[in-house]
Amino acid sequence: MTYTFDGFLRDDGSVGIRNHLVIMPLSICADPLAEKIEQGFKHPAIYLRNQSGCCQIGKDYDRNARTLIGLGTNPNVGALLLVVLGCEGVPVDRIYDTLAKSGRPTKLLHIQKSGGSIKSLGIGLAMLDELREELAAKTTRITASIDSLTLGLECGGSDTTSGIAANPSMGWVTDRCVEAGGTVILSETTEIIGAEHILGARTPDPEERKKLVAMVNAIEQRAIAAGVNIRGSQPTPGNIKGGLTTIEEKSLGCIYKAGRTSPVMEAVEYGAKPRKKGLVFMDTPGQDVESMTGMAAGGAQIMIFSTGLGSPVGFPLTPVIKITGNPTTFKNMSDDLDINAGTIIDGEEDIAQVGARLFECMKAAARGELTKSEKSGYHAIAILKDEITL
Amino acid sequence: MARNVFYQASPLDNVVTALLDIPTGQTVTVNELSFATLESIPFGYKFALCDIKQGDAVIKYGEQIGLASMQISTGSVVHVHNLESCRGRGDIPDSGARS
Repeated sequence: MTYTFDGFLRDDGSVGIRNHLVIMPLSICADPLAEKIEQGFKHPAIYLRNQSGCCQIGKDYDRNARTLIGLGTNPNVGALLLVVLGCEGVPVDRIYDTLAKSGRPTKLLHIQKSGGSIKSLGIGLAMLDELREELAAKTTRITASIDSLTLGLECGGSDTTSGIAANPSMGWVTDRCVEAGGTVILSETTEIIGAEHILGARTPDPEERKKLVAMVNAIEQRAIAAGVNIRGSQPTPGNIKGGLTTIEEKSLGCIYKAGRTSPVMEAVEYGAKPRKKGLVFMDTPGQDVESMTGMAAGGAQIMIFSTGLGSPVGFPLTPVIKITGNPTTFKNMSDDLDINAGTIIDGEEDIAQVGARLFECMKAAARGELTKSEKSGYHAIAILKDEITL
Repeated sequence: MARNVFYQASPLDNVVTALLDIPTGQTVTVNELSFATLESIPFGYKFALCDIKQGDAVIKYGEQIGLASMQISTGSVVHVHNLESCRGRGDIPDSGARS
């Protein structure tokens, strides 16, 4: 019996597993109002915190715009209230037009044109309520399967159990998703340093392999340019306390998330949508929040996040399934963690058994079952920014 | 089922990972070679299966994870005090101009 779920069909053919009403400020200056609108709204809505967007230049400016559009067109997004101050250095018209053309009910709240922040609050709440009704009228369901899903892979707060238990279990799911026609995004370029030759050997297209290696070189050169030993930043002090000694060791454990059999089809820029299906690599930092934000902008409807030490951090637009390979961590933080891969450490289960449980959890989440981080609402979002703010 | 004492990722490895807190002087057998731990090994930490000379590769997952920064004796902890990374070393001149 083939697995299916009841998804939300978007105009571009993509399928959401959530149907979020989203408040998206397009700059830090519009952010406080967006938060107030979410707090004052009497129905569920997702507010996407924004701490950047203005006085950016070059790559940052382009990446920021690309990521905002990607977030707005994530298949889990049903309708959008965009909030702008009015003078921010962000291509507001282009972003609004692209999102409106995606077929989603979209409105733009312009603080300066609406008479300031206090008046805008009432106007924004009314706009959001209209969007809620438009979304309800427009929502279309469709029966879909794994091949409509893009799974984002993340690891954070790693210890040595991550490479032994949690990440290999995720890799088992990666291979099953790819076999079923789905897309899986491996990210965190820093955490490929020391293992890039292994991933490169699994990248059949020589152009994509070159891009992947160039991404790793670029981040390593930026780290070296800082003039210090990368240790302490990567691995983090927490990783080190958990037994991880070098970035090579961390990376070799991290790439287990990529499974055993799936070739790497493409190396994708931060926040860009993959062109290929199957396993792809996205250029993101190892920092979990920026990484998940990039993958969501790339279309990931769901994420799996391994954590040896215990990170509760989820993402506002997507279910994030938390798995730990550390039995003590699972016991101590079970409110935040969905799957215990520590049974592998305890000698009670093997990787395939935990992988199968994890896969069932992913299938249930796609059918609407809330993950621990969705229930707790412990969400964070941040767009990567690595050039100067002027 | 009981927990194993250690985990060896690859038969090529010269370190294994403790899966529980191992006290000093505990006999451990890896690949039919028995030795005693020279110090207590905390859960999740690596220890050496053999003597590793200063400057030699430390191998885990069948790959180099760094170089020993001093002589490492069989049965001792391998971590930041005796294992240095070769990547991202902005603190070393001429480091990592990689092709």
